[in-house]
Amino acid sequence: MPEAPLLSVRNLRTWFDTDRGVVKAVDGVTFDIRAGETLGVVGESGCGKSMTALSIMRLFRSPPGRIVEGSIGFEGRELTTLSKRDMRSVRGGRIAMIFQDPMTSLNPVHRVGDQIVEAILLHQDFSRVEARERGLRMLTEVGIAAPDRRFREYPHQLSGGMRQRVMIAMALSCNPRLLIADEPTTALDATVQNQIIALMNDLKARYGTAIMFITHDLGVVAETAQRVIVMYAGKVVESSGVEPLFERPLHPYTVGLLASRPSDQAILERSKLDDIQGSVPNLLDLPQGCSFHPRCPRCMPRCSVEAPPLFAPELGRAVACWLHEDGRGREGDPA
Amino acid sequence: MTGFLVRRLLQTLVTLFMVTVITFVLCQVLPGDPALARAGSEGASKELIEAARKDLGLDQPLPVQYAKWMGAMLTGDFGLSTRSRVPVTELFAQRLPVTLEVLVFAVIYALALGIPLGVISALYANTWIDTTGTVIAVTGVAMPQYFQGMLLILVLSVWLGWLPASGYVPPSQGLWANLLGMVMPAITLGSVVAAEVMRQLRSSMLEVLGEEYVQTARAKGVSESGVILRHALRNALIPVVTIIGMRIGRLIGGIVVIEVVFSMPGIGQLLMNSVLNNDFPVVQAGVLMVAVVVTLINLVTDVSYMFIDPRIRHA
Repeated sequence: MPEAPLLSVRNLRTWFDTDRGVVKAVDGVTFDIRAGETLGVVGESGCGKSMTALSIMRLFRSPPGRIVEGSIGFEGRELTTLSKRDMRSVRGGRIAMIFQDPMTSLNPVHRVGDQIVEAILLHQDFSRVEARERGLRMLTEVGIAAPDRRFREYPHQLSGGMRQRVMIAMALSCNPRLLIADEPTTALDATVQNQIIALMNDLKARYGTAIMFITHDLGVVAETAQRVIVMYAGKVVESSGVEPLFERPLHPYTVGLLASRPSDQAILERSKLDDIQGSVPNLLDLPQGCSFHPRCPRCMPRCSVEAPPLFAPELGRAVACWLHEDGRGREGDPA
Repeated sequence: MTGFLVRRLLQTLVTLFMVTVITFVLCQVLPGDPALARAGSEGASKELIEAARKDLGLDQPLPVQYAKWMGAMLTGDFGLSTRSRVPVTELFAQRLPVTLEVLVFAVIYALALGIPLGVISALYANTWIDTTGTVIAVTGVAMPQYFQGMLLILVLSVWLGWLPASGYVPPSQGLWANLLGMVMPAITLGSVVAAEVMRQLRSSMLEVLGEEYVQTARAKGVSESGVILRHALRNALIPVVTIIGMRIGRLIGGIVVIEVVFSMPGIGQLLMNSVLNNDFPVVQAGVLMVAVVVTLINLVTDVSYMFIDPRIRHA
């Protein structure tokens, strides 16, 4: 009997009412995260991956945004209907989040240490002195040298990599069970990126924190995640273990994403990268049928008429594409 | 940080020197002859006027007059009023407390009203609450102060009889009466600042609320009031401080009108009477004092940045 997942998102729809119509930023997303695992969430900008994360945290602007349908189960509780007060104790306490740009995600007018201490005092029954000790220990944990000095400094006195380390220290200071990392390395230099990824993998191993790792970089996914979901236009189009996904991607969109990565060979030969034709569709004016069909190299007549449900052609994998219709029968089975 | 302070202080000194020169020159080109005023009337004899001129030191070349004036001022001697023969310092000492009191209450009123309203309008942006705030603010800025003052007198004193229409009661003769007398002048003087603080804070608050660190704070589980007060407001106030600084400087100009409308025996009234009487030593000292105060307020504004914004402190 498998253990119940830590986070279980079912058919989540987060829509935004705008002057020009309803934007279905998240439209029927289903996935699980098990305790201690890293789930990679991949897709182009605007595919709904960040909005899925913000929906879990209930941090999107409302109005105009609203969760129209679906459920978010976390540690046996339903987050979509949780009171504001209880939701606040989940935020930062049980689910922590770090963001893309460490240059802007720390408050410029407060000392680094005070920002960490604030988080600790919100969720743990510590005295200020204990919170300070805990904060200093967290800074050491994330590999910041001279934590005593850094503790008293302001964010602008730290480099980008250091600020992201501070964000991670702050996020993990309350022992959350889930860490949502929204493109945490995108704004960093390549070398710093690798350090941060190594740090996150290391901390995950030590703390057993599950991670929802949002990125558009498949290379990062390969280094961090055990399972992946690929999103397109507010929907999950493929979900799979990491290795099978890289070995044999099922959805034509995933195939395109993988092909557009620069391989070592391609870099050596200075050949042009393959890219996916066209661009992300306007969420206000989605194509009929499968949202990807206008860009799909393997588009069939029915793709422009009928949106494909999730098929499960292999154990532990799901894909929303008519090419894999023969996998019907395990339809809707979350991977 | 020390470098910034030293640079800023030097700038202030240069500004102050320019102010003394301009003040001096202005008094030279003003129409009217203090010697004539001193000698008495239009009918005074030539000899009497010349004697008055010599007595006042106005027969000497301008640079000499300026040097003497500056030298005396630096030792705290601003001369005698040409009209009343009372030392200028004494005249100011009597009237300064009145003006300062109005000014302080006006600023307190402006901040106590402008900051909460600015925050509230930002939180309820584009709702009827925000619109109402905007209408009030625009009215506050657009209505001339003397008109606002007279409206207040009409409603609060003449119709309702709640407040004294004008005049000043020193605190020594009754603290309550003194405070009552301050209400309308402070409101009239402070309303423009309140309105500007509110509008500026509304827009900077809206900007700050969209910043990522505000989202970080929410993601930490900080309560909404904590997010607004601890994380957003402090950042949003940084641009507002400039407005407050600049505006307090201009308030001092507005105080002349206020003191005349509400018959308050402050610096503004003294200055106006002195200009009408060609009382140059008083005018010079008054203009100079206003300029010094404005310059110092600008200095304080710049320095206060360092306390609010650590990025400037460490630059």
